[in-house]
Amino acid sequence: MVNLVVNGVERRFDGDEETPLLWYLRDELGMTGTKFGCGISACGACTVHIDGYPSFACVTPVSTLEGAKVTTIEGLSEGGDHPVQVAWRELNVSQCGYCQAGQIMQAAALVDEYDTVTDEDIDSVMSANLCRCGTYPRIRAAIKRAVEMKS
Amino acid sequence: MKSASIINISRRGLLAGMGASTFVLAVGLPGPGRAQDEEPEFGRDAMPNGWTDDPKVFIAIDEDGIVTITAHRSEMGQGVRTSIAMVVADELGADWENVRVDQAPGHEEKYGNQDTDGSRSLRHFFMPMRRAGAAARAMLERAAAERWGVDVSEVSAAGHAVVHAASDRSLGYGELAAAAMDLDVPARETLTLKDPSTFRYIGKSDIGLVDNMDITTGTTTYGIDVRRDGMLYAVVARPPVYGGRARSFDDSAALAIPGVEKVVAIDPVDFPTEFAPLGGVAVIATNTFLAIKGRNALEIEWEDGPNAGYDSETYRETLSNAANSSGGKVVRDQGDFDEGLAGAARTIEAEYYIPHLAQAPMEPPAAVVEIRDGKAEAWGCVQAPQVTRLRLAERLGLAKEDVTVNVTLLGGGFGRKSKPDFVLEAGILSQAMNGTPVKLTWTREDDIHHSYYHTVSVEKMTAGLDESGRPVAWLHRTAAPTIGSIFAPDPKQQLPFELGMGLLNMPLDIENVRAENPEAAAHVRIGWYRSVSNIPHAFAIQSFIAELADAAERDQKEYLLEVIGPARKVNPTDLGDVWNYGENPEIYAIDTGRLANVIEEAATGIEWGREMPEGSGLGIAGHYSFVSYVAVAAEVSVQDGIVTVPRVSIAIDCGAHVNPDRIRSQMEGAVIMGVGQALMTEVTFAEGRAQQDNFDTYLIPRMDRAPQRIDVHLVSSEGGYDQPLGGVGEPGLPPVAPAITNAVFAATGQRIRQLPIADQLRT
Repeated sequence: MVNLVVNGVERRFDGDEETPLLWYLRDELGMTGTKFGCGISACGACTVHIDGYPSFACVTPVSTLEGAKVTTIEGLSEGGDHPVQVAWRELNVSQCGYCQAGQIMQAAALVDEYDTVTDEDIDSVMSANLCRCGTYPRIRAAIKRAVEMKS
Repeated sequence: MKSASIINISRRGLLAGMGASTFVLAVGLPGPGRAQDEEPEFGRDAMPNGWTDDPKVFIAIDEDGIVTITAHRSEMGQGVRTSIAMVVADELGADWENVRVDQAPGHEEKYGNQDTDGSRSLRHFFMPMRRAGAAARAMLERAAAERWGVDVSEVSAAGHAVVHAASDRSLGYGELAAAAMDLDVPARETLTLKDPSTFRYIGKSDIGLVDNMDITTGTTTYGIDVRRDGMLYAVVARPPVYGGRARSFDDSAALAIPGVEKVVAIDPVDFPTEFAPLGGVAVIATNTFLAIKGRNALEIEWEDGPNAGYDSETYRETLSNAANSSGGKVVRDQGDFDEGLAGAARTIEAEYYIPHLAQAPMEPPAAVVEIRDGKAEAWGCVQAPQVTRLRLAERLGLAKEDVTVNVTLLGGGFGRKSKPDFVLEAGILSQAMNGTPVKLTWTREDDIHHSYYHTVSVEKMTAGLDESGRPVAWLHRTAAPTIGSIFAPDPKQQLPFELGMGLLNMPLDIENVRAENPEAAAHVRIGWYRSVSNIPHAFAIQSFIAELADAAERDQKEYLLEVIGPARKVNPTDLGDVWNYGENPEIYAIDTGRLANVIEEAATGIEWGREMPEGSGLGIAGHYSFVSYVAVAAEVSVQDGIVTVPRVSIAIDCGAHVNPDRIRSQMEGAVIMGVGQALMTEVTFAEGRAQQDNFDTYLIPRMDRAPQRIDVHLVSSEGGYDQPLGGVGEPGLPPVAPAITNAVFAATGQRIRQLPIADQLRT
């Protein structure tokens, strides 16, 4: 039995102890905003925040999350108004959009943590997240815009 | 299983065969099975189920004024849901904040063709969508005029309302909707389309994306996100070799896992496999994780079948031998190549290798099917909902009318999701569970191991140069398995649409040209991948012209322009290309002036000719595909054998720019996908098995390999909105890789003839 908090709501998990957080969120809680892309922490589509840190839900067993606070894209902000989300819309970052929940969660952790970010910071952090459509140039620009908005 | 097959590969037989097989027509071969004396049909007219511009099909207006526009083309990142809505709303005179977009299910008899591939959505539906909007506007105007008892010429629609200026009266669209939609649709020739100078949305970049809010808050629904009451979850263990089958399996360990509900064998099919599932053993469980866990616990003995020996290294030799042998089918013959070569001052030869690729959309194939009261309902990320509907009905033994295919958002497509095999798997499994909704998910390993791969090819080029270095003879041999191999028993020749992708129709100003297509057998499923055969053809041709420029000691760009020759319009039929992307060869003649123009634009954008530091260089390539013109100029830096691409300039001429922001985003994305093809992306096979598994070994660019600067140049050509539109989704890709490898040559003097570069430059 594991107790955790997902987007502010207390949850109790008593399924197969190997169950990754990803499939618990998607299949059991019905929160499909967090995406499956690889299952081996190679693409970042499943990025969520665990106690504030960006983490790959696909390789994180729920059984390791006793007392943890999990935030998914659905819980990142009220009304989708985190500066990263706003910047994403302003610059029309998305193409197919599938990887963007993970990209946004990764970027939000970066923007929340630092008041300034360099191009190298962005490339280094965001290289954890794949995008097959090739939205990287706009992701870079949107992160810079979000940092501006924040200050 | 098969409803149509292409057995007679002669041209006449091929076209006849195509008529019955809508899926191959999906890439736009001319004319569905018509008699010889009929007028040929092109473009939207030639597509299965054609098109409609009926406003009642696409537009609904509520009493509160909300306009709902139905998009009948699949959204996979190209922005089509936004673009279609922009076009309709503009002609309709609707305010954007009151516009919503709905997605059509697969139903081509109602909506017209829905095969979202071939870079055709706006090319084929821009005008029908404009007319649908204009017709609805006319109906609203008439409804208002009737309400007021005035002549319709005295009223005008704009800003979501119809106004009668003389009496200063106004009625909102919501107030008029019911009356307007009861009216007959006005005749096409009576419609007044807006003057482009009055467009509010078309050609503008301030609209945003209709799915922006949902995507950024995680509330979209892709195929993998669909949920139904009582739904079960499934994955399938498929034969690791194409054409293999499970000889036997032991599912006792899998069934012992709590939550695993059932194990189901899926029958394999015979060649050609078309869109049928590959067969194998499915595990159905109460969530996806348990299904995967159950699959891992299966013990399966596979029988590999006839492709067990497929090996990329030895197959490359097979292709190379074919491409270096004469006697292949001559597919273009202009002038006299042999005589031209005999009279040349020197001969240059080069051989290029372009590997298999997997589309690997970020959302892997996934679908839900449920069957209730003899009717099946599917939800899937499909590019071809109509074909999905037909094949699902056949496989489940239902009438087409009893099958509904709902189209979700697609988390990328790139051609993979034109093939509905995964939806059929979901249907088979729902049927095995007495109709219970089943979600079938492909893991990434499934996707890389069982793709419909981009072909593999060897392109052999031979040219004779005269004393001045100009080519006077040109021979291009292409050896590559054909997409036709999934439709016909064992074809070894490329189809007209493959040869028409940049091989036959490269409009070079060379007197003696021959193109040959030696045989090549397929050993894996071959399928469409964004820009398809343009990838190998453009890579070979654009690399080879750069090699000739080097041999002639000429600037690469100047030489390329010289080989393209003076501005002229070339009828593709005269080049041996009977296909021309399905378009009328006279309306869509190849314009070498437009090709030269984008090359100049791309070159200017990269500041062509500037001094480059040691280890850096510039390269360029231009290519005509999907009736658009694209050129790419790339800057590379090579340090310790590692290639980086700091800057790319890409120029496109696709006619008018209906949605400029989405043209730009498609070019940006094409550049990055092309960087991957140049540097790292490849699927190889050994013992019939794909050797890459997931994104740890199947490499696509991460942000740190993406150019720091991509400049997109939208070239405006004459004619504006009167000029026929070109494609956008695919044509950006083909020139990217050769521009990069040409730049590598400028930087290092090393010529890349095999993709990807990988570690070829490391010593």
